[in-house]
Amino acid sequence: MAISALSLEHIDAFYGDSHVLADVSFELGEARMLGLLGRNGAGKSTCMNVTMGLLPPRRGEVRVFGVPVTGLSPEMIAARGVALVPQGRRIFKSLTVRENLIVAARKPEAGVSRHAPWTEDTVFGIFPRLKERSSQIAAHLSGGEQQMLAIGRALMGSPRVLLMDEPSEGLAPQIVAEVMATIRKLKESGLSIVLVEQNPKLVFDVADDIVILNTGRVAVVSTPAALDKDGVDLRQHLGVF
Amino acid sequence: MNFWLVLTVNSVTFGGLLFLLSAGFSLIFGLMRIPNLTHGSLFMLGAYVGATFVVGLLGFKLNFWLAAILATLAVAALGALAERLLLRRLPGDQLAQVLVTLGLSFMAADFCLMMWGGDPLNVATPDGLGGFVRFGTIAFPMYRLAIIVIAALVAIALWLLLDRTRLGAMIRAGVDDPDMARVVGIRVSQLFTIVFALGAGLAAFAGIIGGPILSVYPGLDQDMLPLALVVVILGGSGSLLGSFVGSIIVGFIYNFGQALLPELAYFVLFMPMLLVLLLRPQGLFGRHVP
Repeated sequence: MAISALSLEHIDAFYGDSHVLADVSFELGEARMLGLLGRNGAGKSTCMNVTMGLLPPRRGEVRVFGVPVTGLSPEMIAARGVALVPQGRRIFKSLTVRENLIVAARKPEAGVSRHAPWTEDTVFGIFPRLKERSSQIAAHLSGGEQQMLAIGRALMGSPRVLLMDEPSEGLAPQIVAEVMATIRKLKESGLSIVLVEQNPKLVFDVADDIVILNTGRVAVVSTPAALDKDGVDLRQHLGVF
Repeated sequence: MNFWLVLTVNSVTFGGLLFLLSAGFSLIFGLMRIPNLTHGSLFMLGAYVGATFVVGLLGFKLNFWLAAILATLAVAALGALAERLLLRRLPGDQLAQVLVTLGLSFMAADFCLMMWGGDPLNVATPDGLGGFVRFGTIAFPMYRLAIIVIAALVAIALWLLLDRTRLGAMIRAGVDDPDMARVVGIRVSQLFTIVFALGAGLAAFAGIIGGPILSVYPGLDQDMLPLALVVVILGGSGSLLGSFVGSIIVGFIYNFGQALLPELAYFVLFMPMLLVLLLRPQGLFGRHVP
């Protein structure tokens, strides 16, 4: 079997004394999209923080294309080809749009990416609206534009694995559709993507695989088609939707 | 009339020195989130090291500006070393970092007392700047005007560095959101060292070019540190514009306070700081609440 783009193996993580992830394992295949679902507080963002090196796990291993990255700093994990579009976007508010992109620009390590590296121009190519606003201070962008900037900033590192933490949060439906179309294109370009969402409808359309977390544990590992067919009672894990 | 004008020039001059001192203090505060309590000591060390060459304590004398550059580089290297060897070991532990910088400042004070003794060193005004510039009937000391020009040039250079370069954008990104900066691959720990060295060098530079006005004496560190704190709290941490405006304000408050209400000089100085902390804790131009 091919090596997975990203694997979390038996991860235990704590915030202080509270046990937020218990024996969490899942795998993201290369050029696939994994939808990570769960209620508020189920541990979805914690999985992203553990993967990115922001929260070192107490036990377990994180691998990127088979190579362990557990315990490395976020900047070293970024250099291994992992990028995060964080919850709440967290763009650098006092920087201009262009500066937000150039501070994240990095030549990928040899052999890390097969694709041509992303540049300011290629990011502006998929988000023309950012180009129009390139010298504006990022704090003045609309929510949708900030989300595009957060995605563009993540792409500037020319990642192999893209983690997206609730990119639809707080956006108007029309903007959500735009963002989802972009995510679909990125997947078609061969990028391996973890898409964290609270809204399963968005994920079922685009994801190849589904992992559902419930109170810090993996509750379901499946595919959208199988979940449809089996009629698993998702309400048990996701609440009413 | 003459009195007010001279007082104004003195205020701007002192504001210029304070800017050189506090620009680095503010950046370190903004980026690393620690009040660097060695900042007064770095100012004093720069003054002593520079004065050593200017006065000729080692048996040879150097040109004032050459001495100033040497002192700046030496103290910048010392700052980088302190950051790498000490502060780096205590990541995220702000209380420990503050205590380390406080401890270092006491050690630096003892070291200076041992090396240079308790008597003030008087630093001569650099050649060619000892005279006065006359505007009508009023004469301004040329050196004070030179300090204003130097401070303005440094302010422009710092602004260009922070606002117009990729390194500057990375530093500002680190001030905005240090965790996110690391996530996008910025080596924030290298930025810490660069910013610490830059801040230390600027403080040392302020110390030596302030030498001919303030002289160099034990306790200079403890005279300057509170002023830097007031500047940064007034202006806001991590903001170059904040340091600039804060420095000029404090320069005026300090000089006018000493001249008009000498018995209340500290009251006049710290009252605005208290008001800002209560009413606008992020400072005039800052983004973070300290």
